[in-house]
Amino acid sequence: MSLSHLLRQQAQAHSQKPAIILQRAGQEDLPLTYQQLLEGSARYSYAYAQAGIAPGEVVILILQHGEDLVYAFWGAILSGQVPSIMPFLTEKLAPERYRADLAALAKVTQPAAIVTYPEFEGEIRAALTAGSSVREVILTSQVPAQAQIPAAGAQNPESICLLQHSSGTTGLQKGVALSHQAVLSQLNAYGEAIGLKEQDVLVSWLPLYHDMGLIAGFLMPILSGITLVLLSPFDWVRAPYRLFQAVSQYGGTLSWLPNFAYNFCAQKVRERDLAGVDLSSWRLITNCSEPVKAESHAAFYERFAPYGLRQTALACSYAMAENVFGVTQTPLQSLPVTDEIDREAYITARQAQPPREGHPTTRMMSSGRALPNVRLRIVDENGTDLPDRTIGEIALQSDCVLTGYYNRPDATAAALREGWYFTGDYGYTLNGEVFVAGRKKDMLIIGGKNVYPQDLEALAYEVPGIHAGRAVAFGIEDPDSGTEAAVMVAEVNTEDAEERQRIADALRRHITQNSAVALRHVHLVDAKWIVKTSSGKTARSANREKFLREIG
Amino acid sequence: MTTEIIPTLAAFITKNILKQPNRVLGAEEKLISTGLIDSFSLVDLGMFVEETFGVRIDDTELNAETFDTLAQLTALIESRR
Repeated sequence: MSLSHLLRQQAQAHSQKPAIILQRAGQEDLPLTYQQLLEGSARYSYAYAQAGIAPGEVVILILQHGEDLVYAFWGAILSGQVPSIMPFLTEKLAPERYRADLAALAKVTQPAAIVTYPEFEGEIRAALTAGSSVREVILTSQVPAQAQIPAAGAQNPESICLLQHSSGTTGLQKGVALSHQAVLSQLNAYGEAIGLKEQDVLVSWLPLYHDMGLIAGFLMPILSGITLVLLSPFDWVRAPYRLFQAVSQYGGTLSWLPNFAYNFCAQKVRERDLAGVDLSSWRLITNCSEPVKAESHAAFYERFAPYGLRQTALACSYAMAENVFGVTQTPLQSLPVTDEIDREAYITARQAQPPREGHPTTRMMSSGRALPNVRLRIVDENGTDLPDRTIGEIALQSDCVLTGYYNRPDATAAALREGWYFTGDYGYTLNGEVFVAGRKKDMLIIGGKNVYPQDLEALAYEVPGIHAGRAVAFGIEDPDSGTEAAVMVAEVNTEDAEERQRIADALRRHITQNSAVALRHVHLVDAKWIVKTSSGKTARSANREKFLREIG
Repeated sequence: MTTEIIPTLAAFITKNILKQPNRVLGAEEKLISTGLIDSFSLVDLGMFVEETFGVRIDDTELNAETFDTLAQLTALIESRR
C-alpha cells in the first residue's frame, strides 16, 4: 500500500464528501470534495510529469495557505514525487535570509523542482546557484486547468514519501525522510489511540510545514476519509476566535494545539466573538509539540467551558517528526494525569520524587501512554534503563520511525543506534504514563516551533558590536504565554548606555527579520561573562542558570 | 487629538509588547514590516485600540498594508472616531 493508493481509495469511497473546507479571512469558505481534491491534484501530477520530474524526486513547495498548496502537495503524493513544504516568505523576514535558507535546504535535499507563484519566481531563481539540482521552477500559472488522473504506479512501501524540516539553517539541512510504510503505520496506531472515525470533523489552523500540522492536521484526515476544516495560521494568530467559530459552525470534533495556544486563546478571544458558539461537538483537543502545562489546560477550560467545552476533551501527546508524529497519547475519556513533585530533587538530582512537607513543588502533566506500536525506554548516558521517577533520555522503537535524515548519514547514525531512536528529550515514567521533562539537545521550542540556538547565535555575530563566540541563546519558561521565551546574552566591549541600546535594538531587529522567532530578552554584558566549557564550547544550560540568577 | 493618541499607543507598545518601557518609539518608525511588533502581539494591539479609543480594527486589517507606523495607525483611528 502507498499513500497514493490510499488517497485514490478514499476519493472513490467518499467522492462527494467534503475533504477540505478551506477558510480564508475575508473570503467565503471553499469546500472541496474528495473528487475535487483528486482532480485538482491530478493537475499538479500532470505538471510534474510535463516538467520531467520522476517519482521519488523531491519537489519543494513554496506556496501560501490555499488551493494551490493543497493540490501541489497531493499531486506529488498521487504520482510519487516527494513533497517538502517550505514556509512562505513573510512580510517581516529579510529576503536575503530567505534566499540563504532556501539555498541551505536545496544544498542537502537536492530537489528536482520548486513550485511557486509567478510573482515569486524571481526570488526563487535568485536563490539558486550554478550547479543547483533544481531543473524546473514550476509556476502555478503553468498548471493546466484540467488533467487526467494519472495511472496508479507501483510504489515500494519502503520508499520515501515525504520530507519534513524544522526552521533555520540547521533544521533545513536535516530533513526527516519518511517511508509510505512508516506514515501508514503511524496513521493506524494514532487513529486507534484517538478512536478516529469517519464522522469526525478535524479543525486545524496549524502550518503544514510542521509535523503536527502536516500529519495530524492534513495527512491523517484526508487519508482517513474525514472532513478537514483548514484555517490559515496567519488568520488564526490575528483572530484566534476563528478556531472556535469554525468548530461551532462545522461541528468540529478534533483539533491539535501547541501549549501556547491554550494561553493565547484564553487571553485573547473577545466575548462578542463567541456569541452563539457551541463547542459541545469538540471531543478531543490534543496538546502537543511543546512542553505541556496543566495551568494552560485549566485556563483554556475555564474560559471556554461556558460554551460547551467538555473537560474530557483536553488531552496531550508527545510527538515528533522522527516518529512521523505521535509517540504517546492521553487515553480517551480520561484527563491527563498530573504529578506533583519535589522541585529541588527535580532540578538537582534529576529525580521526580513525591513532595516533602514544606518544600516547593513543581506540577508535571503527563503526555499520555505509548501508542500501541511504540516501545519506550528511559535511559542514562550509558544506555542503561532507568526506573520510574528517574529522569533520563527518552528512546523509542516503533514501526514508524524515520528512514533517516535525508542525505545526512552522519546525523542519522547519531540518532538511530542499535534499533532505537534517541529523541534528545528528557523524561520519566510513572505507571506507564510519560512525563517529558526538558531536553538534552540544545533546542528552543517557541510557540511549537523548533529553533536551534546555534542559528540564532550565528545571526547575532552578524550584528556590529557583537563578536563571534561571544553570544549565547537559550530559552526560559514563560508561564504567562505558556511557551519558552527566547533569550540572547551577548558580550559587548562598550560601556556606553546609548551604544548598548543601539546594539540591543539592532540585535532584536536582526533576529526577528532573519529567523522564525523574536527575542523576548536581550541581555548585554561585559567581556568574559559567558560560561565556557573546558574545551571552549559555550555551555548553554550553565549560561541559562547564570542569566536567571542575575535577573532574579 | 493626534498628539494624545500617539503617546498612548507608544506607551502601550513599549511597555506591554516590547517589554522595554524606556524605549522611544518614533511616529514614523516601521512596526510590522520590520517585525518590531511580532504577529502574536497584533491581536493585543487591536484589542487595546478598541478598548482605549472605541475604534474597531478588523483582524484582516492587522497587517503592514493597512498601517505600519504609529502615524498611520493614528490616522486610521481618527478616521473612524
